[in-house]
Formats: sequence, C-alpha cells, structure tokens
Amino acid sequence: MITGRTALRVGQRLLGLVVVFLGVTFVIYLMVFSLPGDPIRALGGDRPLTETVIANLRAEYHLDEPVGEQYLRFLGGLLHGDLGTSFTGRSVTEQLRERWPVTIVLALTAWVFEIVLGVGLGILAALRRGTVIDKGVLAATIVLSAIPVFVLGSVAQLVFGVRLGWFPVAGSREGWPISFILPGLVIAVFGLASVSRLTRGSMLEGLGADYVRTARSLGVPPRRVVGVHVLRNSLIPTVTYLGTDLGYLLGGTVIVEGIFNLPGVGNLLVTSIRAHEGPTVVGISTALIVIFLLTSLLVDLAHGLLDPRIRRG
Amino acid sequence: MTSPAAREQVPLLSVRDLRVVFDVSGRPVTGVDSAGFDVRAGEVLAVVGESGSGKSVTAMSVLGLLPETATVTGSIRFDGVELTGRDDRAMRVVRGRRIAMIFQDPLAALNPTFTIGWQLAEALRATRPGIRGDQIRRASLDLLESVELGDAERRLRHCPHQLSGGQAQRVVIALALAGEPELLIADEPTTALDVTVQAEVLGLLRRLQHERRMTVMIITHDMGVVADIADRVVVMRSGAVVESGDVEQVFARPSAAYTADLLAAVPRLGSRGPAAERDGGRPLVQVEALTVEYGNLLRGTFRAVDGVDLRIDRGEILGLVGESGSGKTSIGRALIGLAPVSGGRVVLDGIDLRSASRSQRAGLRRRIGVVFQNPATSINPRYTVEQTVSEPLAVHRGLRGSELDQRVDRLLAAVGLGPTAGRSWRQRYPHELSGGQRQRVAIARAVALDPDLLIADEPTSALDVSVQAVVLDTFRELQERLGFACLFVSHDLAVVDELCDRVVVLQGGRVVESGERTAVLADPQQDYTRQLIASAPYPDPVIQRSRRAA
Repeated sequence: MITGRTALRVGQRLLGLVVVFLGVTFVIYLMVFSLPGDPIRALGGDRPLTETVIANLRAEYHLDEPVGEQYLRFLGGLLHGDLGTSFTGRSVTEQLRERWPVTIVLALTAWVFEIVLGVGLGILAALRRGTVIDKGVLAATIVLSAIPVFVLGSVAQLVFGVRLGWFPVAGSREGWPISFILPGLVIAVFGLASVSRLTRGSMLEGLGADYVRTARSLGVPPRRVVGVHVLRNSLIPTVTYLGTDLGYLLGGTVIVEGIFNLPGVGNLLVTSIRAHEGPTVVGISTALIVIFLLTSLLVDLAHGLLDPRIRRG
Repeated sequence: MTSPAAREQVPLLSVRDLRVVFDVSGRPVTGVDSAGFDVRAGEVLAVVGESGSGKSVTAMSVLGLLPETATVTGSIRFDGVELTGRDDRAMRVVRGRRIAMIFQDPLAALNPTFTIGWQLAEALRATRPGIRGDQIRRASLDLLESVELGDAERRLRHCPHQLSGGQAQRVVIALALAGEPELLIADEPTTALDVTVQAEVLGLLRRLQHERRMTVMIITHDMGVVADIADRVVVMRSGAVVESGDVEQVFARPSAAYTADLLAAVPRLGSRGPAAERDGGRPLVQVEALTVEYGNLLRGTFRAVDGVDLRIDRGEILGLVGESGSGKTSIGRALIGLAPVSGGRVVLDGIDLRSASRSQRAGLRRRIGVVFQNPATSINPRYTVEQTVSEPLAVHRGLRGSELDQRVDRLLAAVGLGPTAGRSWRQRYPHELSGGQRQRVAIARAVALDPDLLIADEPTSALDVSVQAVVLDTFRELQERLGFACLFVSHDLAVVDELCDRVVVLQGGRVVESGERTAVLADPQQDYTRQLIASAPYPDPVIQRSRRAA
C-alpha cells in the first residue's frame, strides 16, 4: 500500500540519491582526467601527430575547456542518455549495450551462489551452534574471503579448468551456465563469510526469541518453527546486506571478467583504463554507480515487504 | 470422563521431586530443587515467588520448553501420564492441545512479521489437525471474540506492532485457547501491563476459566494478583516449595516465616496515616503549562505532556502517578533539560530554565540527582562501585584522595553498603551485585552531591517486593536525613502512598487530579483516579473479593 508517508520517504531517498550521484561522478571525472599520460598523443601511436591535429582533436573532445565545464557538458549528455564518445570514435552507450548482458548474467549468477551458499551455511552453523560444523564454516569462509580474487581465480582455472576439465578455463563460448559457474563462484566466495555470519547471528537471535517459545508451546513442529517462524525475521538483515552486495558484485566482475576473459563491461573497463579512454571509463563508472544506488533503494523497499513495522514508516 | 466430584480427587497435574539443573558453561546451576505440588482440576493455582525462586522454570519444565542445557529429573504427571523423559515429538501432542501457556511480554510473544490471522491459523493447524481453510477463519474469529478483542475481522489483518500490550495479551490468550487445553499455564501474564489493563486481563482469565472449566496455573510475583484470582497458592523460594494451601489460609495464617515476610513487605494502599503539615515558602520546583512534544515536522509530532502545572516544595516528596504514556517520565526529564519542551515554564529555585544562562543551568544540574528504573543499564558496567559513586564528587566538587574516600564510605554506609567482613563493596562491579544492591549504588550516586531535588523514575519497579521494601526504607531514611525534595515517578499507588506527601495523577499527558496524598488516594474526586485505585488488586483475598463484588 502506497501511503503519503511512503511516497515522502521514497522522495527523500531519491533526492539523496541525486546528491550522491553528482558527487561521485564528479570525483571520478576529476580522477580520470588527472591520470598521467595524454590520450590524444596515444591515439597516434608511435607516429607523432602535428600540433594542429592535436589542437583540433582537443577541441573536438572539448579537452581544451576547464574540467568543470567538461563535467557539465557530460551531465548534459547524460540527460539525453548519451554517455559520450570514446577517442576511437565509438559511442560509449553503444559499447555498453553490447556488453551489459554478460556482466549482468555473471553478477546474478554470483549473487545466486552467494545467497544459496551463504544463507545455507549460516542456517547450518546456527542450528549446529558450537560444533565442529559451526567452527568449520567460520574458518573456511574467512580463509576463502581472505584470498585475493586473482589468486583464487587463477587457482580455480588451474584446478577445475585445466586439471579436472569440469569447466572451460576461460571465455564465454559455451554460454550460460557452464561458462559462468567458475567465475560466478570466485566472485561469490568473497561475500560468503559475511552472509553466513550475518544469517547465523540473526538465526540464533531468532531461535531465542519469545515468539519461538510461543510457537513451540503450541506444538508447532521444529522444522516449521525454524523454516517459517524464525527464518522470515532472521532474513531481514541478510536481505539488506545481499541487496547492497549486488552492487559490489557488479564491481567484482571487473577483475574476474579479465581473468576469465568474459566480454563484459568489466573487461571493457579494464582495457579502457589501460588505453586512457577517459569517456569510456567515466561512462562505465557512471552506469555502475546508478545501478548501485538503485539497488540500495530497492533493498529499502524490499525491506518493508518483509518487516511490517518498517512499512508503516 | 468421571463425575466432577471424582475428578477433584485426582490432581490434574502432579509435580513430585522436580529438580532442574542447568549446565552453565560446564558448571551445574540448580534452578528447581525437589519441588512438589498438585494442581487440581478446575482450580486456579498461583505459584508465587521472587526472582530466582524457580517458579518460571517449573512452569516451562511442565511443557518441556526448557533449553537443552537443562536436565530435568523427578516426576511431572498430567492426567495420570508421566511427562518427564518424553521426547519433543511426544510432547507436541500435549503442547497446545492439553496444556497451553501464555507469557509475560505479550508483544514479544507474538511474531512481529506475521499477521494476527496467520498466527491464529498456525495455532489452529498445530493444535487441531485436519482443520481447513474456512473452518480456520471461523475458528479464528470465534477465538478473538472469546478474548473480547473487538473488530475481529480487521484484527486478523493486523500485525503485532499495531496492538497495545493489553490487546496483544488477548491475542496470546486466543492462541493458547486454540487447542481447547485443559490446563492453562500463565507465566506472569500481567506483569508487563498497566494496572487498568491488568484488571481487564485478570477478569478475562477468570471468565474463561469459569466458562471453559479450565484449570489455570498462574505464575506471579504479585501478591495482589494472587489475592485476586487464585484458589490455592504455592510459595516458592530458591527452587523449593516453602508453603502451599488455600489462598485465605496462606494470607491470613502463613505457616512459613518466609511467606509472612513476603506478605509484610508488600506495600498496601491506605496503611499509612495522614502526614504532618509542612510549611510552604517558595516552592523549589514550579512547572507551569508544561508541554513536551516528540518527533519532527516531517514525521508528525506526539504530545507527551500537555499543559501540566505542578510544584514541589522544599523537602517534599511529590508522587507522580500514571500509566504508560501518561507523560510522567517526560516531566521528570523536562526538569533536567532532557525533554523537548515546546511550551510552558519550568522554574527551579526561582530560575526559569528557558532564560537560564549556561552556567546557571550547570549549577542547577549539580543540585538535582536522578535515579532511574533499571540499575542494570543506568550504571556503567565497567565501573566499580567506588568509581560510580566518586565520579560526581570528583567532577563537580574536585575531591581527591582521602577526602574523597571518606565521602564515598559515608555515602555507601548511608545506603546500607557499609564495611563488611568479606570483600569490600567499593571494589565490586555491577555484575557482582544483586538488583537491589545496584539500585542502592545508583541512589548513593544520586545523593552524592547533596542535591536539593531528587528525581526518582520508578526506582523500585524492577525489584522484588522484599528488596523493594528495604530500598524504600533506605530511601526514606536518606530523605529524612538529607532533607531533599523528591519527584517520585511511579505506577504503583501503594508505593506512592507509603512514601509521598502529595500526589499528582496523570493521564495522557494531562493532570487528572492532584493534592495531599490522603485526599487523593483515600477520597479521589475523579473517575480515572478511582478506576486506577480499583484496578490495583489489594493483597488480601477477602478484601479483594469484596472490592471486586462492589
């Protein structure tokens, strides 16, 4: 039910979203354009460009203007859905459109792994509190999340790709799901420690709650007490975390796409940074930020569905 | 089924040699120590005791709801069948269907994320196997009707946070009734409720017990509740039963010394005669048309205090009485500048708080001591008693060394924590103290600066009656000796009657009635005050019965 109060809350959040968006994109803009190296000279490769050509190119890409003005021009383009043009003359929007599907599928695959494994391990640890299983889950998830992504990725390629041959080593030729399982897992592993700890903690809290005693005093079977009465309450903090984490997962794809050579946005971002493709870098970052901000807004709203106390605001 | 007369011969529930031992990180801690008693079919049995007496543990062990760390031995026979040693699956047939339970904190006892309708349906499915959709709905409505919760159709769609405490307890009772149990165990069912609501819930329990020929076992610490509802009483102390018998007999001629002490400790309304006259002079505290509002423009405001006038003379104890939401705590907070005052004046010793300078405010604050309800949270758990009591002296008076030591010693002696043969009180941490001892420390801290005014917000509500009696004595002695004025905030009319000089009765942020203690409590002029007084059960079964009949 949309009440005036809910609308007001969403309005407040959207306003905050715009402020954050402007701040973050401006910082990125500044950072990208203060990177060392000259993209225009790089365009020429080994052959030096004449001063007039350089000056013309600078004018064409508005590089001769102050940063503030360039930023405003960029924002103006954004309003028309135009993320700018790369120095190689291709529209950033076009490039992104081709690559989004791969990245989104990868992030969602990783997300599903994180939810299923993280929540599952968390529930298991809570129900077997203090046992070897509980401690094993804690140790394993922490060790795994402490390993850098590129190490984990390479080891996974070596073991499951080269030695065992269960999954393709790299590339997306075999499509979903087979090509996405390994990179998805590598991304998901990082969040497992947090998700399982969070689920375990809130499950334990829920198991000790008064309403659980009420349900038990009425003869509700234990499986139903845990699976229905406790789980709904206990998932609230986990859902919040998982929602915001979807944004991080998209960020996580940047490196993993590089390792597994998947033609997604992350891969494009890496190559663009190397090639000093400022407009592309800013464009991709902007898109990632928008997604990040929108997911956190959606999490807030989903929260209300699970917890009636928040719905009323 | 046998005839009613024959059924009374055999107890419905029979507890013998019950022993419950908890494993607290490898150390055995005894919760119940060879307790034994009977609950006869159709009666209301009250199990009374103070905290730690094992009364709740006993109740939980009947339904097998204790945590896994508990070991239960002895015998609990229900309707001729042994319940101890049964596994969870076997107990589920008993739970809800033959024995049901209601709990102390009704809002916590309900699942916050499901509607009332869902929770009733869940209880019905668990206790009446095979029940179907439309039957569930009809049965749910019937249950809500039998617990007198109005507007049942709409209530089914509500979630617990939309209910008041009293309404929530009605829902919990409805859940318990779902399986039409023969025995209802009520564990402190009205302790978290206001007195007027408590009276309603007790009335409801009495009616249900009568109509459904249910047997009720009520666990309580409140002698008034016992006198109001029980046929027989079991008194527990430190895990054992010290006395049991008919309620009239136990109240009139207790056989155990502990029962007699417990009854003597209960404050009784009207037991103290009229007080001596005091001379007026300029009042220490003058509150005029005080309004306190919480919230903000965006979310809407809530007016907790609405145009309250009151005064406190020097050396006077003013009782501020009201139920939850009456604004009594907000008034106390307004006096120390901790509440958002949106209108009216607070004048302390001739200084208007609104126009007071920063240094004037600081000076005033030094002259006000505060004692809160829960000493467990109002004392820093990482401070020793000595640190807690000496802090205000060191900060405001700049006392150091032996001077400070002596002052702390005198203060602790004044609240009954003087030198002992064992370990000194000074070096102990809050977790090494009982609730009553902690509250004494809090009082010592509050009077450390020899305040002109002490604000005590429900200082004994979290304590057992026998502890409350001693803390109140300490309080009275200190007040007589130091002569401070006091704003005593309480929901308990009997405590206010014992302690205060004048009384102000609040309801919904407004003053209903105020005046001399004897005038207000013995001869109330307002309906609400009369209702409050009538709702608080009197700790004597004979008197309480005649009050109820009236």
